[in-house]
Amino acid sequence: MTSNSQINKSTRLTDILLEVRDLRVRYGHIEAVQGISFKILAGEIVALVGANGAGKSSILRAISGILPFGGEVLFEGQPIQRLGSAAIVALGIAQVPEGRGIFGTLTVKENLRLATWNRRDRRAITANLRHVFDLFPRLAERQRQLGGTLSGGEQQMLAIARALMTRAKLLLLDEPSMGLAPMLVHEIFRILKDINRTGTSLLLVEQNALMALKAASRGYVLETGRIVLHGTGRELADHPRVKEAYLG
Amino acid sequence: MAYLFQQILNALQLGSIYALIALGYTMVYGIMTMINFAHGDIFMVGAFLCFVAATVLGLSFIPALLFSMLGCALLGVVIERLAYKPLREAPRVSAVITALGVGLMLEHLTLVFSPYPRHVPALWSSASWHVGGVTLSSLQVLIIVLSVLLMVFLDWLVRRTMLGLAIRAISWDRTVAAIMGVPVDAVISLTFAIGASLGGAAGFLYALAYPVIDPYMGVIVGWKAFIAAVVGGIGNIRGAMLGGFILGAVEILVAAFLPSTYRDLIAFALLFILLICKPYGILGQPRPQKV
Repeated sequence: MTSNSQINKSTRLTDILLEVRDLRVRYGHIEAVQGISFKILAGEIVALVGANGAGKSSILRAISGILPFGGEVLFEGQPIQRLGSAAIVALGIAQVPEGRGIFGTLTVKENLRLATWNRRDRRAITANLRHVFDLFPRLAERQRQLGGTLSGGEQQMLAIARALMTRAKLLLLDEPSMGLAPMLVHEIFRILKDINRTGTSLLLVEQNALMALKAASRGYVLETGRIVLHGTGRELADHPRVKEAYLG
Repeated sequence: MAYLFQQILNALQLGSIYALIALGYTMVYGIMTMINFAHGDIFMVGAFLCFVAATVLGLSFIPALLFSMLGCALLGVVIERLAYKPLREAPRVSAVITALGVGLMLEHLTLVFSPYPRHVPALWSSASWHVGGVTLSSLQVLIIVLSVLLMVFLDWLVRRTMLGLAIRAISWDRTVAAIMGVPVDAVISLTFAIGASLGGAAGFLYALAYPVIDPYMGVIVGWKAFIAAVVGGIGNIRGAMLGGFILGAVEILVAAFLPSTYRDLIAFALLFILLICKPYGILGQPRPQKV
């Protein structure tokens, strides 16, 4: 028994958290995602990089259950492609959507509370709230302010904080650096790495490829709906093809 | 003076019924950006359910009220699921036309069951009091108090509860609400249920106050309540209440001091001017750009 549970414990680090098999997304006649497969291990940061229109957002939307798709998605070994978006959140996948998706007419605190819709553990929610306010002190100051009045950087922080409030095991981040000043981008990435250190896995979708690949343990490069390269973050960051495509 | 006070009381009674109906328009608009033109006919069904409760079922006041409200809530959910949900991604005008069709269907379905106007028996043994030349009927007080209680409850629900939070979030961005774990379909159905049950309550109270009912009674009253919602700022809950009371007041006061044939003409001219000055309605705001 003891040895068994120890084996289980030691294999946990390499457990597959999310597995995507042959994912396909169509918009009318156009196949935006053409059979993509990848894995995220527990505790990893994985980057999906590629130019605009490579299908990155579609992949995240499919995983979150708001876009119909073909293929299979397994979360902790369980197929989730037939579940609704609410059930997927309850399992532990939360998204930080493209453009942040902050509810402009809700206060900062209400934005955070909404993400606890399917949780009943009041005490843990309060503790969670304290934790995200520690991570983002600026949000604590602006708790009662309407989401629509926040700056772009603050909205990005709120979007990340909100995803954390679902108690996610996996965060899907859609272009967290978009439209932010370089200093803010660095701050956001520093916080994302902190979040990862506490055990949350991240799937990072970015046009800002180098930044994302440097933060990631592994990465995949997408071109027009297919994966064309994959490797460790460092390998990809140094890969001539990536350098050529993203550094000009 | 007593005459004015009497008219104010009448205005509050009519206004609270308009306000209850206006809430249904504004809630559905808020969450779906569509005008549910069948809502006036849901109000009419509420009045007929009151009639059925009082005559066929022999229910007393409170059970009859609940019967009207629950019946309309159920009707609202069925309409949303069958007629509006399939059109959620369709152009808004298709949904609006469907709503008009659903309204006509409800009218003619009711006509099948009840080809003549009906008289609703009194469910409430009304007493009147005379205070300084003003006649106050207990029914009038009941209508006003009950409506205000329902409105206070709704305001609390939308502002203070998780359900209200979800309703407000969905009206901002349905997709993002879904990826935050909100069961969007269920919340939209509940919103229809709540809006329709308020319409049902309005139909019930209207039937007690003006006890001759017919299948087309919801058309004009529905239009007026819709206008009340727009005047208050469509999509805004408090705006709908305010708009309802304003419309009630304008109608009653115009009729009180001018020939009653001028009533709708002047009432709507005033509302027209109000909308020119405040195009988004009194409490409505142009929606800020999404980032």
